[in-house]
Amino acid sequence: MQSSNVRRKHFWQARDWTDWLFSILLLLGAAGVYANYQSLMDGYEVFFLASSVVGFSLLGWFWSPIRSLIAGVAALSLSAIALYAGDLSLMQQKFLLKFLISSQSAVMWMNVLLILATLIYWLALFRKSAFTGKLATFLTWSAVVMGLTGLMVRWYESYLIAPDIGHIPLSNLYEVFILFCLITSMMYLYYEARYQTRQLGGLVMLVVSAAVGFILWYTFDRQANTIQPLVPALQSYWMKIHVPANFIGYGAFSLAAMVAAAYLLVDRGWGQKLLPAKALLDDLMYRSISVGFIFFTIATILGAMWAAEAWGSYWSWDAKETWALIVWLNYAAWLHLRLVKGLRGNLLAWWALIGLIVTSFAFLGVNMFLSGLHSYGTL
Amino acid sequence: MYFSKKLYELLSSMRFAVSVLTVVSIASIIGTVLKQNEPYNNYLIQFGPYWFDFFKMLGMYDIYHSAWFLLILLFLVTSTSLCVYRQTPQILKDMRQYREHLNEKSLRQFTHQKSLAYSISTAQAQAKLSDVLQQHDYRWRQETHADGSVMLAAKTGNYQKLGYIFTHVAIIIICIGGLMDGNVPLKIQELLGDKVVETRDIPVSQVSEKSKLSVRNLSFRANLTLPEGSRADVAFERVRDGYMVQQLPFTLALEDFRIEHYPTGQPKSFESDLVIMDPELKQPLKQTIKVNHPLTYKGITIYQSDFQDGGTDLQLNAWDLTGARNQPVKLAGKIFQQTQVGEGQGALQIEFDDFKKFNVLNLSKDIKAKPRNVGPSMIFKVRDSAGQAKEYLNYMQPLNLDGQFYFVSGMRATAQEEYKYLRIPADENMTLNSFMLLRAALFDERQHEQIAHRLVSRLLPEAHRDAQTTQKFESSVVQLLKQFTQGGYSSVARLIESSVPEAQREQVAKTYIKIINVAAQEAYQMALQQHPEVQANKSLEDKFLLDSLNSISDLFFYGTPFYLSLTNYEHHEASGLQLTRSPGKNLVYLGSILLVMGIFAMMYIRERRVWLLFKADAKQVLLAMSANRKNHDFDQDYEQLLQRCKLALRSEK
Ligand code: HEM
Repeated sequence: MQSSNVRRKHFWQARDWTDWLFSILLLLGAAGVYANYQSLMDGYEVFFLASSVVGFSLLGWFWSPIRSLIAGVAALSLSAIALYAGDLSLMQQKFLLKFLISSQSAVMWMNVLLILATLIYWLALFRKSAFTGKLATFLTWSAVVMGLTGLMVRWYESYLIAPDIGHIPLSNLYEVFILFCLITSMMYLYYEARYQTRQLGGLVMLVVSAAVGFILWYTFDRQANTIQPLVPALQSYWMKIHVPANFIGYGAFSLAAMVAAAYLLVDRGWGQKLLPAKALLDDLMYRSISVGFIFFTIATILGAMWAAEAWGSYWSWDAKETWALIVWLNYAAWLHLRLVKGLRGNLLAWWALIGLIVTSFAFLGVNMFLSGLHSYGTL
Repeated sequence: MYFSKKLYELLSSMRFAVSVLTVVSIASIIGTVLKQNEPYNNYLIQFGPYWFDFFKMLGMYDIYHSAWFLLILLFLVTSTSLCVYRQTPQILKDMRQYREHLNEKSLRQFTHQKSLAYSISTAQAQAKLSDVLQQHDYRWRQETHADGSVMLAAKTGNYQKLGYIFTHVAIIIICIGGLMDGNVPLKIQELLGDKVVETRDIPVSQVSEKSKLSVRNLSFRANLTLPEGSRADVAFERVRDGYMVQQLPFTLALEDFRIEHYPTGQPKSFESDLVIMDPELKQPLKQTIKVNHPLTYKGITIYQSDFQDGGTDLQLNAWDLTGARNQPVKLAGKIFQQTQVGEGQGALQIEFDDFKKFNVLNLSKDIKAKPRNVGPSMIFKVRDSAGQAKEYLNYMQPLNLDGQFYFVSGMRATAQEEYKYLRIPADENMTLNSFMLLRAALFDERQHEQIAHRLVSRLLPEAHRDAQTTQKFESSVVQLLKQFTQGGYSSVARLIESSVPEAQREQVAKTYIKIINVAAQEAYQMALQQHPEVQANKSLEDKFLLDSLNSISDLFFYGTPFYLSLTNYEHHEASGLQLTRSPGKNLVYLGSILLVMGIFAMMYIRERRVWLLFKADAKQVLLAMSANRKNHDFDQDYEQLLQRCKLALRSEK
């Protein structure tokens, strides 16, 4: 009847052979893990493994660069594992490990690449050079590959120290800052591809660079990069989902704040020719805050469920919990104003920007200035 | 009537909700800045009596359970409920409607509308456009208007509106669940005077019925410290500066408590082997719980929350620090118990407060070094007959500080202070023997003259050894030793300040220190000969001597006339358990699920309405679109639909 280009494709129809190939590879990988480590896995772990196949499939279908990312990270991580061959001391002896893909080095590469990417985004902005812009995007992607590899390898290294010390690297400030850099960069890359907003790169990557600065300080001044065993309260499956969900929230809010900054600049007539139009910025800000809000809600709920199991109460008004609530209320108010009152423009942009301060306080300030049950990542 | 309507409008308005939420936020922030539920004495010290009472009245020390905070939450529930009550009928009505009666005039008012002409028959056009609508997941209703025109009123994303109901009902459910589990019922009973908080530290049997909570208590969160081998059928709920006794519907016993450690000494897991005894059970229920793995029985969940000492037995050596005794007295102690030493006015009471089997410390100044386990420690207080107490923290084993081993004891007068540390050098055998031998020998005034006599040959140049000078020298050495053994270096310094002109003080100080050093050596050698039974270093190295003299000097600030060293112990632990009954939890979880579903619906279901008005007299269709959220994607959707409709109308078949 109608030509096919008019037909709106439905979910399953939209899958092409690359989608299926990707999923089959994921499935094979998971099957390999299962075959090798079945005896060490409990029900939860099998469930997590299976869900990760589904989850990553959906992610890869939804946004195709994820596939190359996963393939790259898998290749690098597996090489690192092969090079280690079960002996942590090889970290200092094998060239590739020492300088490229031991977790320390990979994270350092991520740091360097992120800073470089930030600089080049700015350069591209002022030179209005498309090529330079592409270079910046490429660098950001490379940083993400290195950072993710760093986390994966760190996970493995922790088991090499001692099997009972091994744990997923999401347990202290150092590790979650890496996660923050990765998530914020990736979210930005997604919007960049979808909305052609390379001009925003410089601004957004400022937050990421600030986080990199923190990682560097934390590494060199505090030696926070050493792998520490988990205290009993953290030995829980909830950590694996609660922490990433939280950081998707933080990342999205940070992204929104930087978009808001761009909005305010354009609104004042600065960089109008360089930056995207206000309407687009406004939309981006909204999208980013809604994604953040959903994940933050989920994260808080997961946190409550975890707290119920670990501390005996789903809500103890501990400082971190309370500040999570404040952050949540802050963005709930933002969304109300926009959705219910139909408010747009300046005020919301300022609000989103100042929201970053509230968010950072919940994220860092609480650890620095307040004490409570959540004092695992004290500064 | 008018008033209640106004009140209803106010309470259900968003402005009111936002104000309430702002107050909640501010109160919450205060609660995170001001430490909650500290001992009231701390607040008293922090704020002084006037402000202490004022803040106490405001409930600042437990904001989240204060009456006004709960009241605000209640307001929040009311306001949100009224809002839902007010909005829901309209929303449900909206969800059912297609608004197929809209006419051309009103459609023309829309921001997104356009007329499309077509050449195919109207029936064909209707069929094709219905197809397009179908592909875009629209549902529609068809209606022929009075003027003969045909209306296709369509909509999609109907459930977005449910999002509002879901989120707001979720908030209400969560708040109700939370209020149930907060101590609202208790609060009410307290206000009515039925319940009174107990603040005295007395045995459970003496607690009055008014401070006891029955087995039927709907919700509670109580704590229980259970030593190994003991049992209990009550737990303690902390309320402000006191507690309530919660009766349990079973008896709980602890068979064993275990801590496992990582090689670095950090704790790896805490586990308790619990036994639940209940007449309703055929056999006692045995289960091991640990952090993150609680046990639920009869609606009460038992958590491993922390651990404590359960009355460890200590064997101690008490070393006299004042006289000439060089041997310790054996002493037995038990954590949470007391012993008396001495009698009458000078009697001292030792209160053993805590024992730790593991202490993970980073002793080196280099922060890169890893913390290590330095072995057991104990905390005790020494109270004099006037009731004044000092607190001590003693490590059992000598600690390695900058390459040398020392016995370390921390002392402080109040809990707010940092410990000040006394370090006593350990000898070759890692004991206190050598130091104590030296100290006792120096403190034995009967020996001072003999020591002085021995020094003559070592320090006095031969040319000056006439009777008079020797006599003078000896008496000044005796004088110096007396000063040193009565007040340490500071006393010697005072001696110098009072008797030596300023210009010569430095020179004299050097000489005095030299004399004390050599005297100490001599005293030590003499003591070794007199006490062959003491196992001690055969000679004193310079560093050891220096450290010893320093710590002898520090002893005068140590605050007790004896040093307690731990020689052996039998560890008894107690498990810290938390027992909760929280019927609101399921409500909170239900609300949480609703909340997430609702937010998803509100943000990710795109609600759209489309009207296609086929004119009766012309080959023209008016397309109009609206949405209750007009974002960027609304424009896109409109453009897309418009293009597809145009394409569909153009195609022949
Ligand atoms: C603490 C939580 C919340 C409270 C106390 C609250 C309260 C309210 C109140 C009082 C109104 C106004 C009703 C009226 O004008 O009569 C309202 C409207 C609304 N709220 Fe909330 N709300 C909360 C959370 C949320 C959340 C999380 C969302 C989702 C993002 C949300 C979305 C909305 C929407 C969309 C409306 C307008 C409904 C409509 O007119 O279609 N609310 N809320």
